[in-house]
Amino acid sequence: MEIGAYSFGDTQRNADGTLRSTTEAVRNLFEAIVHADKSGLDYFGVGEHHTTTMPASSPGAMIAAAAAATTRIKLGSAASIIGTDDPVRIFQQFATADAISGGGRVEITAGRGSSVETFPLFGHSLEEYDDLYAQKLDLLMAINNAETENVTWSGTVRPALDNLAVVPRPASGRLPIWLATGGNASSSARAGQLGLPVSYGIIGGAPHRFAPLADLYRRAGAAAGQSPESLKVSVGALGFVAPTKKEAIDRFYPGWHNLNVEMGRLRGWPAPDKRAYLAQADAPGAYYVGSPDEVAERIVHLHGYLGHMRHFLQMDIGGIPQEQLLESITLLATEVKPRVERLLAQK
Amino acid sequence: MDIGAQEFVATRGTVGILGAGRVGTAIARLAVAAGYRVKIATSKPAADNALIIEIVTPGAEAADVPEAADSDLVVVAVPLHKYKSVSAESLAGKVVIDAMNYWSVTDGDIADFEADERSSSEVVAAHLAASRIVKSFNHIGYHEMEPDAAAPGTADRRALAVAGDDADAKERVAEFIDALGFDVVDAGDLAAGKAYEPGTDIFNGRLNSDELSTKLRGSLVTA
Repeated sequence: MEIGAYSFGDTQRNADGTLRSTTEAVRNLFEAIVHADKSGLDYFGVGEHHTTTMPASSPGAMIAAAAAATTRIKLGSAASIIGTDDPVRIFQQFATADAISGGGRVEITAGRGSSVETFPLFGHSLEEYDDLYAQKLDLLMAINNAETENVTWSGTVRPALDNLAVVPRPASGRLPIWLATGGNASSSARAGQLGLPVSYGIIGGAPHRFAPLADLYRRAGAAAGQSPESLKVSVGALGFVAPTKKEAIDRFYPGWHNLNVEMGRLRGWPAPDKRAYLAQADAPGAYYVGSPDEVAERIVHLHGYLGHMRHFLQMDIGGIPQEQLLESITLLATEVKPRVERLLAQK
Repeated sequence: MDIGAQEFVATRGTVGILGAGRVGTAIARLAVAAGYRVKIATSKPAADNALIIEIVTPGAEAADVPEAADSDLVVVAVPLHKYKSVSAESLAGKVVIDAMNYWSVTDGDIADFEADERSSSEVVAAHLAASRIVKSFNHIGYHEMEPDAAAPGTADRRALAVAGDDADAKERVAEFIDALGFDVVDAGDLAAGKAYEPGTDIFNGRLNSDELSTKLRGSLVTA
């Protein structure tokens, strides 16, 4: 089982609650990825986000920088919002990062995005939401699956490619392309049919309730003739690790509170309720917040339902202090990961 | 199509669900558990949804839209920007639950709703002009529906609001909601549904019937 982290960037806050700079947030994210590599974490995902509080807008640039500064960790987007970007550009950026990484460490995760900031930002119409996503995913796969540098593709959302070179090619020929979904059943079925690995973003509710979706994914894949090896499941979730459960709960709460105040303002949620936080932070809730023992046990518990091969946590939300994030990453790599391996070996 | 229906005996009426997203499938699972015969339809042919329905909502049936619409109750749970793709003709005369929300931060601005002061369900009702619309299920998260469902009489049972202009339709929807596991509070006419749309205190708040009644009364006083 691979253990990892993901981030949308997390802008720090001053004591009076005002936001510090997004420049600092980007530097902190870079530092966190380098630290994760040194600590022994298997994966770091950079999620495309376009808000002042979460400013990781450019996963390709961040991953290229991180590829040069790391040696072992796998790097990916979590996710790239492909509907409003150009798949040619995404592929080129990630293939470039792949070359810099030495080859084989860079992945793309294609997603829709849970917010719609990118539509006005890049001038797309929400009415084309489904069509943009479907066609651009098709193009991204066409580029990745091309036997040579030259790609031919046509659709309606972007000019056609008529035997045009898309370079560089990835070191190993292809990049892993994952499909991100938050639990819509048809997305799981589609990922299976396409033979793409699926990445579940589980941010609320009991994660083991995703078991039927993983089953649907594998059965839809098998029905479409996809090989079992191509059908992989990963899980991204909120979480935080500290030496004790109490410390983890206390450290993660202010960030959770800040994030939910902001999201509540945007989405019309009520004021965040600490009881809801505490409920989610205990099994079988959605947040992997706890001591290394507890987080490891919960990851292994979910593995019994989903058979996932990677579990990665978003730990930096709402201005979590950088030193606490780095400690959580250290614990995830050096304490949680070995426990997960030990528990899985006992099964 | 009646995938999965063989081993299932419905003891209540038939419920059609338009939309196999997270909301539609959660309501479907609760309805199957409550003993309803459940038919789920999307914009795709029934056969394309068969595997999804079999695995994600065992006991429900994948159906085409006209068949799902021909049910005792119909739940519309499609992304709101697609509301006009729901056939008004097929839902004429039907009791229809509008479980949708206008939530611009996730759906983007939709001109029909942005330019309209009415509740989103009134805009939907203007499209489904011959249907008997009741607004409900929109103020509970899809991932909360199953954990929060509880038997009638359970202490602190979560409550859902209903709003609609047709008292008999509301009555039938209330019976359905109670069977699925929630108390019901009548918020008033369809326009009153604005009191539990996104941005309100009630939206997504976990409230029992007393708390919900109090909040609804408060919103009427200040409205």
